[in-house]
Amino acid sequence: MNLAALLWHHLGMAKIHIPTPLRPYAGKQPAIEVKAGTIGEALSDLVAKHPDLRRHLYSDDGKLRAFVNVYLNDEDVRYLEKEATAVKDSDSISIVPSIAGGAI
Amino acid sequence: MLKLPQPAYDSLRRHGEETYPHECCGVLLGQMDGQTRVVSSTARCGNTRTDSPENRYHIDPRELVRIQREGRERDEDIIGFYHSHPDHPAQWSETDLREAHWFGCSYVITSVEQGKAALTNSFELVGSDEGDKKLVGEKIEVA
Repeated sequence: MNLAALLWHHLGMAKIHIPTPLRPYAGKQPAIEVKAGTIGEALSDLVAKHPDLRRHLYSDDGKLRAFVNVYLNDEDVRYLEKEATAVKDSDSISIVPSIAGGAI
Repeated sequence: MLKLPQPAYDSLRRHGEETYPHECCGVLLGQMDGQTRVVSSTARCGNTRTDSPENRYHIDPRELVRIQREGRERDEDIIGFYHSHPDHPAQWSETDLREAHWFGCSYVITSVEQGKAALTNSFELVGSDEGDKKLVGEKIEVA
C-alpha cells in the first residue's frame, strides 16, 4: 500500500446532514457518511457520490455559494479553518442554507 | 398545501404580535406527505437583523443547526419557515424571494397591522435552482 492509500485508509467517517431541499439531489437521504480528513475533503466526497449536488453548493467559479452555511458540529467553518478545518471520526457536518427576508 | 395544527397557527400569529413592530421568525417542523407539508411543531427564533428589524429578518444558522438536530430526535424535518410583515401585506417581497433558498419548503407570512395579526398566507419555493425560483401561493389547512 502506498502512502496516499495508507492515509486514505486511515481517514475517519464523518456524517453530513443534508437539508430537506437538497435531498432530492442526494438520493433522498437525510444524511450521508463521507471519508474525510477536512471539511473540503468531506464536501468533495459528497459531490463525488452525488454529482447533482454540485451546482446547488458551488457557484460556477467553484466557490461555496454565499448562502450555503457549513457547520462542523455547532461551529461555522468560516470561523474555523474554512475548507481546511480538520474533521474527526464521528464529527457531524451540517449544510444549512441561509434563512432571511423582509417586508420590503 | 400546508397543514398546520391550530396551536401552531395561533402560535406563529401571536409571535408576530409579540415582536411588533419588529419582524418575528421561526421554523416549521414536520413531514412531507407527497406535495403536502404536514407541520407537527414550530420553533421560535430570534431575529438577528438588529439593524432593521422592522422590515428584515435573519435566523442565525447556528440556531437552525440546533433546531434541525432536535427535530431529528423527534423524527421531524425542517419543512418551512414563518415570519411577519409589520404593517405590510402578507405577500412575499423581492427581498423574501432573493433570500429564499429552501426549495420545496413553505414560507409563511403574517401581516401584523398596528400590533394585531391580520392575514396569514403561505408560499412554496419552487424551481430547480437560483435562476428560476418562484414563491407560489399555497393553501393553508388549519386543523
